[in-house]
Amino acid sequence: MRVGIVTFPGSLDDRDAARAVRFAGAEPVAVWHGDDDLGGVDAVVLPGGFSYGDYLRCGAIARFAPVMRTLVERAREGMPVLGICNGFQILCEAHLLPGALIRNDVQTFVCRDQALTVENASTAWTSDYRLGQQVVVPLKSGEGGYVAPQATLDALEGEGRVVVRYAGSNPNGSLRDIAGITSENGRVVGLMPHPEHAIDALTGPGTDGLGFFSSVLASVVSA
Amino acid sequence: MSVVVEVMPKPEILDPQGQAVLRALHRLGFTQVAGVRQGKRFELEVDGEIDEEALARIEEAASTLLANPVIEDHTVHVGATVHDETA
Amino acid sequence: MTDSVSTAAQTPDVEQPWAQLGLKADEYDKIREHLGRRPTSCELAMYSVMWSEHCSYKSSKVHLRQFGEKAPETDALLVGIGENAGVVDVGDGYAVTFKVESHNHPSYVEPHQGAATGVGGIVRDILAMGARPVGVMDPLRFGPLDAPDTRRVMPGVVSGVGTYGNCLGLPNIGGEVVFDPSYSGNPLVNALCVGVMRHDDIQSSGATGVGNLVVLYGAKTGGDGIGGVSVLASETFTDSGPTKRPSVQVGDPFMEKLLIECTLGLFRDDLVVAIQDLGGAGLSCATSEMASGGTGGMHVELDRVPLRDSTLAPEEILMSESQERMMAIVEPAKIEAFMAVCERWDVLATVLGDVTDTGRLVVTWRGETVVDVPPRTVAHEGPVYQRPYTRPSWQDSLQADAPTPQRLARPSTPEDLRASVLRMAGAPNLAAKDWVTEQYDRFVLGNTVLAQPEDSGVLRIDEESGLGVALSTDCNARFAKLDPYEGARLALAESYRNVATVGARPLAVTNCLNFGSPEDPEVMWQFAEAARGLADGCLELGVPVTGGNVSFYNQTGGTAILPTPVVGVLGVLDDVTRRTPQAFTEPGQVVYLLGETRDELAGSEWAHEVHGHLGGMPPRCDLTAERALGEILINASRDGLLDAAHDVSDGGLVQALVESCLRGGVGMRVWVPDGIDPFVFLFSESQARAIVAVPRSEEVRFTDMCTARRYPHQRIGVLDDGGPEGPALDVQEQFAIPLSELDAARQATLPSAMA
Repeated sequence: MRVGIVTFPGSLDDRDAARAVRFAGAEPVAVWHGDDDLGGVDAVVLPGGFSYGDYLRCGAIARFAPVMRTLVERAREGMPVLGICNGFQILCEAHLLPGALIRNDVQTFVCRDQALTVENASTAWTSDYRLGQQVVVPLKSGEGGYVAPQATLDALEGEGRVVVRYAGSNPNGSLRDIAGITSENGRVVGLMPHPEHAIDALTGPGTDGLGFFSSVLASVVSA
Repeated sequence: MSVVVEVMPKPEILDPQGQAVLRALHRLGFTQVAGVRQGKRFELEVDGEIDEEALARIEEAASTLLANPVIEDHTVHVGATVHDETA
Repeated sequence: MTDSVSTAAQTPDVEQPWAQLGLKADEYDKIREHLGRRPTSCELAMYSVMWSEHCSYKSSKVHLRQFGEKAPETDALLVGIGENAGVVDVGDGYAVTFKVESHNHPSYVEPHQGAATGVGGIVRDILAMGARPVGVMDPLRFGPLDAPDTRRVMPGVVSGVGTYGNCLGLPNIGGEVVFDPSYSGNPLVNALCVGVMRHDDIQSSGATGVGNLVVLYGAKTGGDGIGGVSVLASETFTDSGPTKRPSVQVGDPFMEKLLIECTLGLFRDDLVVAIQDLGGAGLSCATSEMASGGTGGMHVELDRVPLRDSTLAPEEILMSESQERMMAIVEPAKIEAFMAVCERWDVLATVLGDVTDTGRLVVTWRGETVVDVPPRTVAHEGPVYQRPYTRPSWQDSLQADAPTPQRLARPSTPEDLRASVLRMAGAPNLAAKDWVTEQYDRFVLGNTVLAQPEDSGVLRIDEESGLGVALSTDCNARFAKLDPYEGARLALAESYRNVATVGARPLAVTNCLNFGSPEDPEVMWQFAEAARGLADGCLELGVPVTGGNVSFYNQTGGTAILPTPVVGVLGVLDDVTRRTPQAFTEPGQVVYLLGETRDELAGSEWAHEVHGHLGGMPPRCDLTAERALGEILINASRDGLLDAAHDVSDGGLVQALVESCLRGGVGMRVWVPDGIDPFVFLFSESQARAIVAVPRSEEVRFTDMCTARRYPHQRIGVLDDGGPEGPALDVQEQFAIPLSELDAARQATLPSAMA
């Protein structure tokens, strides 16, 4: 299985996402933001970082990259897409996911091992988790506050589209403690915490993040 | 003259930066200030005449790129740049 | 009217503002002697900046020579002092480069940008050696935590370090946060960067090869950091005055991220003959240093420099400290490929000129020659001062004012001791620094094995072999005030010990020497002593200084900062999976204290916090003991005999116990050995000590190892989960404090001060 990882100018966790994909047993494929095609991959990860320096708004410029046009089309056809941190911001700007991410309410960048509850274990990226599972995944962001109109939040809750929720204390002011959400078809997922940094106890708080990358192996949609 | 696009967070959106600015103003003694919202102002230099068509195009640019309609409101108008006003 | 070389030759008696630019009369005369005429205003600007203390090290050079003269023999050094940063062989064909630098004064003026550009500058130094930067550390020092100005400076500095480093994608793996009144008007912002490369990747900075092209790439040049040079600009322009020239440099980390990727791409495709980053003194420094180091000459057309501000005068362009710029020497046959790489990363690149063999650095502006100098005179033959130094008149009485029990009341009852432990746990210098460190990304690049608050930052270099490096930065400036020579050795000892504590073998040293004014003979004495102490210490420990930085003039009026020689040590781990972390995690394990504890409270955190006292002789520095302790910690780590280790330093033994217990959430029953006063046992800051948690199954092997080396070791307690009341620090026959109470005390201090 081939998982594309897009590098925008300023992407930082692309190599880490590639490592996570490898750990999970799939083949990571480097995708350049300036290319029109995705190189025949089965799924795509939009990694964390500061694409375009977070200028204008996080992800606001990256969402117009040439590769994004193809990505949006393929996502609409069912290709699994995972947006991590800046990737989540890009997915929201591209309207593949509802809502937006704003500056942390605490005003500062927050880096910590964050407790999360898995609230949807049926998406393309979370099928290897149990519903209600408690996991610990690093959170490291300055603009991680998830916001959306009340009606949208109600719909997300009602449709079970909240994928992961902050457990313990809310680190950034995200409404309804939402840490990650999914699209209506459950194949596009965005989350602020970084599962790619919880794949090896040597370098992270544990291996709770690996499930995101292993889940997608079972969710391949033939091109 | 330039085209000025101003972008502000929607009233219902939490504005942590505005709040931080308000607290700082109060600490400095500007206690009559009751509220602060922080936004962005873009000054666009436009080639050619700034007619209705040009403004319509810029409105499109504003709602597509300069502002995120999910969390921001915006206005577009012809105006002087801050530099012009203060020079 | 451009002040060209020909104009200068024809108008020898023009008054020039050399004094305003910081030059002395004899230095100005020397310049005239070098050139055989008066300098042009561009040349004057160039010499004035390159001969400044910051760039020429004129007050420190004579003392820093010792680092080379007394350098211990070692095979590990691939590049020594003199280049952008030192390079060390760490095995398997890998080389690691690291260096620490200061950005103190700008951080007082504009904390966020001062700190951010400090990080940016040191990262570019590492990049210029040919390495991929892989981590940063930040030793920070501020005035008292409760001072109003600390509330202004600290958040800005932390956000500057965090924003810049995070955006670059460099994990912050350690540093220090120290509060002391002497830093009130002079915060210290030191930044360390470490990079990794293969041996073959080492780059040089000498411009060689006649006809090779001189290329400037990166950000456009603006008026950043020009400062005093505007005095020259006002001579040539009437309408744009110095007030329009920002003196604070503003950093753009996104630009630097592109610069890093672009530069590594250039290295990968072998498109660069030599490279230099533009830091202090911008183009003046890059051109003169590169020309000096290579074939000897360079020709540059200044008009070609891409500008952000088209009103800049040539003097200003030469002095600009605009960030995120590099200079490369490129063979003509490779320039197209070079430009293609830059374009891919959207990085602006411009050919400014070429390398010559004339032995002159020639710069033209709009067709006229504005600089024509022998580059070595600018970059390497600056003034060398033999600043006078005298031992301060108060040094003897300071050293005689020892913190005896008669002088400083000590807690003696269990209740007093308990209260002291809690008070010290919440002391600003000992309290939890999460408020700072949670603003830094420690995870990016996925190779961080240990980060703050562990004793050293540990990075994995090779995923296959597990090869890794460990880094620590340390300095107890109060010890250095009591005795600068010993203080420098103690800083080295602590850093060396911290590296050994995680199981890494120390290999090399960097340093950032922060002092007051070199024009003050007492400060100069402190500097001379510290440099001597560090050089002697490095020789004794067998670890060479590979490079570093000196920051003088850290003083407000007549009050200098504490002499603060920050020492950074780099070590290597053959297998990072064997590293020894700090946390106590397994109830039932035994805890040993390695080393000897003496009544050494002078300069201690306890004396400072409780009594505001600084006096006496600092704790004894025994580098032979440190070496022996290091061997034990490294070997025990490698052999899997230890579950945890933590060095004993600020705050003494009790602080180390508190930290290790809290980190793992496991309590401990401690017994005070016979014959030692409980207060001394807990709070003394004797050196060459560490605590270790040993699994019962390994106890004999471990103690045998210590005995074989004749190293003092005592069983001082056992880990204990505390039962129904929860884990506690239980010092038998004295007091017990629940970990939750200690944690609350430690965690509250910084957040409540910054609220």
